[in-house]
Amino acid sequence: MTNGAGAAAVLAAGIGSFLVAVFAILADQVASIKSLMNFYKPTGPLSGVTTCAIVAWLASWAILHRRWKWRNVAAGRVTAAAFVLLFLALLLTFPPIADLF
Amino acid sequence: MEITARGLWTMIHGMGFGALYLMACSGALVELFLHYRKPLGPEILIENEKFLGIYLTVMTVLAWLTVLTGAYIIYPWYRATPPPGAASLAAFPQRLLMSSPSTIAWHSIGMEWKEHVAWLVPISITMATAVLLRYRRNLTQQPELRAAVLGFMGISLLAAGIAGFFGAMLNKNAPVQGGTTIHIVRGEQP
Repeated sequence: MTNGAGAAAVLAAGIGSFLVAVFAILADQVASIKSLMNFYKPTGPLSGVTTCAIVAWLASWAILHRRWKWRNVAAGRVTAAAFVLLFLALLLTFPPIADLF
Repeated sequence: MEITARGLWTMIHGMGFGALYLMACSGALVELFLHYRKPLGPEILIENEKFLGIYLTVMTVLAWLTVLTGAYIIYPWYRATPPPGAASLAAFPQRLLMSSPSTIAWHSIGMEWKEHVAWLVPISITMATAVLLRYRRNLTQQPELRAAVLGFMGISLLAAGIAGFFGAMLNKNAPVQGGTTIHIVRGEQP
């Protein structure tokens, strides 16, 4: 059994988590993006931030899965990259750090 | 004894879906850690494998229900704007917290962190469930993937803990209230 499909899911989860933080910072710092992210008015920009991050996460998962599902990839490096992205997501969602940008 | 509709939804979101996820996550971490290590781990029975698959699937549903009810049902009540000249901010939790220097950080740090960090939970647990359902006992042959599943689930527990802590503190300082009043039980006169 190849590890590609699993590695694709792991890396995509890292990418999706990181994008939650990136989109949140962009929506907080750039007025035009904040207004663009207002998908559902009662929830405000949070609706767009999370919807965009989820769509990007699922898209990256689908693309990586298609490319890697029959292959063995360097799972150690993929996992390390995913952990870095997840750790950055955790840090960048913390408001005092997010406000530095 | 009565509760408002908004209070009930907040309870379903936090004490129902959220707290249940937190409890389930610690159990799943122990189960995965003990049974999916090789060569030290015990043999994995088919029934246990099936059970863990269902358990993680339920956790995934709980995680999505928590963030979706939070973002699309409760958060709009939390961030509602009061009409000009409103006499009381009790029905507008965000504005109530922002009205005092002693409570503003519950919003500017607590809610701002909670509303984003909580989304790492469903992403992480969806990945962990998908990997477990695909590899099942073969996960013992994939140490890097197993480490990723455990690591992401550990971070999901931390993120859910952060969101849960701030959710409880926010609701303590500025409860989401309003809507229809539901009478649960009538007490006896003293």
